[in-house]
Amino acid sequence: MNKIIDRTLKERWISLHVENEVGVLAKVSGLFSGKSYNLQSLTVGTTEDETVSRMTICVKSDDVTFEQIKKQLNRMVEVIKVVDLTESPIHMKEVMFVKVFNLDAAGKEELFQIARVFSADIVDIGVDSGMIECKLTTRKNNELIALLKTKFHRIEVVRGGAVAIESISTCCI
Amino acid sequence: MNITGRKLFVKALNEEKVDTIFGYPGGMVTELFDELYKQNDIKIVLGRHEQGCIHEAEGYAKSSGKTGVVLVTSGPGATNIITGLADAYYDNVPLVCFTGQVSRNLIGNDAFQEVDIVGMTRSVTKYSFTVKDRDSLGKILKMAFYIARTGRPGPVLIDIPKDIQIAQGDPSYPEKVDIRGYKPNCSVHIGQLKKAYKLLKNAKKPLILAGGGVIVSGAQQEFREFVEKVNVPVVTTIMGKGVLPADHPLYVGNGGLHGKYASNLAISECDLLFSIGTRFNDRITGDLNEFAPKAKIVHIDVDTASISRNVVVDVPIVSDAKRALERLIQWAEPKKTTSWLKEIGIWNKEYPLEMRRDKGMTPQIIMEHINANFSDAIYVTDVGQHQMWATQFLKMNDGDKLITSGGLGTMGFGFPASIGAKLANPDKPVVCITGDGGFQMNIQEMATAITNSAPVIIVLLNNQYLGMVRQMQQLFYGKRYAATCLRKRITCPDDCKGPNEKCPPYTPDFIKLAESYGAKGIRVEKAEDINDALQIAKNNKSTPTVIEFVVSSDELVLPMVKNGKPVSEMILN
Repeated sequence: MNKIIDRTLKERWISLHVENEVGVLAKVSGLFSGKSYNLQSLTVGTTEDETVSRMTICVKSDDVTFEQIKKQLNRMVEVIKVVDLTESPIHMKEVMFVKVFNLDAAGKEELFQIARVFSADIVDIGVDSGMIECKLTTRKNNELIALLKTKFHRIEVVRGGAVAIESISTCCI
Repeated sequence: MNITGRKLFVKALNEEKVDTIFGYPGGMVTELFDELYKQNDIKIVLGRHEQGCIHEAEGYAKSSGKTGVVLVTSGPGATNIITGLADAYYDNVPLVCFTGQVSRNLIGNDAFQEVDIVGMTRSVTKYSFTVKDRDSLGKILKMAFYIARTGRPGPVLIDIPKDIQIAQGDPSYPEKVDIRGYKPNCSVHIGQLKKAYKLLKNAKKPLILAGGGVIVSGAQQEFREFVEKVNVPVVTTIMGKGVLPADHPLYVGNGGLHGKYASNLAISECDLLFSIGTRFNDRITGDLNEFAPKAKIVHIDVDTASISRNVVVDVPIVSDAKRALERLIQWAEPKKTTSWLKEIGIWNKEYPLEMRRDKGMTPQIIMEHINANFSDAIYVTDVGQHQMWATQFLKMNDGDKLITSGGLGTMGFGFPASIGAKLANPDKPVVCITGDGGFQMNIQEMATAITNSAPVIIVLLNNQYLGMVRQMQQLFYGKRYAATCLRKRITCPDDCKGPNEKCPPYTPDFIKLAESYGAKGIRVEKAEDINDALQIAKNNKSTPTVIEFVVSSDELVLPMVKNGKPVSEMILN
């Protein structure tokens, strides 16, 4: 029978528990490049168990591809557990620094205001520049960058990629 | 008491009951070869090129069900086995390949014969690993064999630095391993299987599609019993060829790109496709939107990742083919499929697999003679037109086995694989069906066959072309035979339109070549001589026999589905 397949691309999140070994990151990222999966972000760090690392992965894909990605990850010997976070209540944050240049006095004032509204901090300042440090959701960070771009001439951005963990209580996202 | 890494290496091979290693020495594995020299339980088969070694190990593994073992040196030795790893990966062959590596303190220095082989092979191995400390060696060796042969089998690469080979350490080889990230599935979901059987029971035009998974899991007997009990027609993939003899009343033929007309029509017309052990490769499905358009699809496969990957299925079942079939047999009741079988029979008569009978020594006639001359045989093919003809015309009676490179389509696979098969099955006739292109890709293994007493029979179909590509050029590229004529020399005219009396002679002379290695060579140019040549080869138990069949260049593999078209649209003549 002809099946209708939904090919809309959606953003999805995976928490991946892997062996803390040399080469595992290369193997996981190699899977994404080798099979042309659209990797948005990948972070990795150790956990309470020093033999286990945890990756937070964001991909943009359709339903069928996403199922395949999870299966392919599961197939790897070094992968201990694949947790799909897309539909679960989670806590997720991404660290980001933004330098803003060529600020006059009014510009600095505006930068402080924006930082306050976004619950971000100004952590460094120069004669005509300032630096924002924030840990927001990826989406919120995107919005902040978009806003800063329209308000100021030149900015410099570095972001850490998101880390996520399942919620303890189930009502917060 | 501590022992060296090299001693533990040999101990591990003994514990795993390895009797043969296919290898090629070099600077970073001399320690291991030296340790192997001191014992008699494991035989070393010295290939003449590392690619030959790994294909030999594949042939050995595929024909015996054992795990093939390869031992090569670092650097070029390691890179030379990559094609074989990929081949084994796609065709699910259990292999454990050991590569030497420079000592740990030199890794990363671009040392002599150093390559990051683990990095290079990650995407074509089931597991690959560089041993980083002597005390983990035992556990890693155990893991390698366990991973290679369980679940969906595949190649594992273990890279052993030279200093670890000589370092003292833990003497023990573990009996068991527990890998938290690797738990091969060994049960079957009964509810899903019941659902699948119910669909089969209610279907009017059911069709079973059997792939290589049925053979890999050793389920031929169960498969046959099930099929005969339910009375449902069977189409196979290339890798599934041989699960039923070609003459079996329920066997339709191969499906897919060069499948039989009746098989592909049956796939397009069936209302239930009951597939076992196939990953629905594009060579089978053609245009996915038009694949089995009227059917519900059941898919049994040991690998979760193969299910609903290419084809969206109605009933997915993650299971080893054998386990699922054992259960299905218990429920199986005969179905009334007379009119459906009749329908398939009519298609079969409409376009049977048949080459013209007035064209002299066609590949079909050669295959028919092979069928008549051998039984209980192992057939090994290379890749190309001859491979398709073999899968179309070999009868595959009980006891026969077909070994071929299906997933990767590796030219150069056939001949070394046949040597491996012969070494694993010295009492069975092993017939390597190959072409003049593929045979030359690993022709140096003639020496391996001679020195290891592997009297394989090489059926060489010489059409003087890279025939499969030539066929595409003839049909789709205006007969522009770019780089496919193996006779073409620098002196040939640029606008050559095919063979004529001015063509230069073929090189090499395969008969002289065979003789120079100490093998027997027979050239056959007429159909009358086929039988005698096969008889001579069959009786030559001391050396390989090369039978060069000089066949026409313009024979095509038909039917043929054009790339990207539905399988029901075939080029028939």
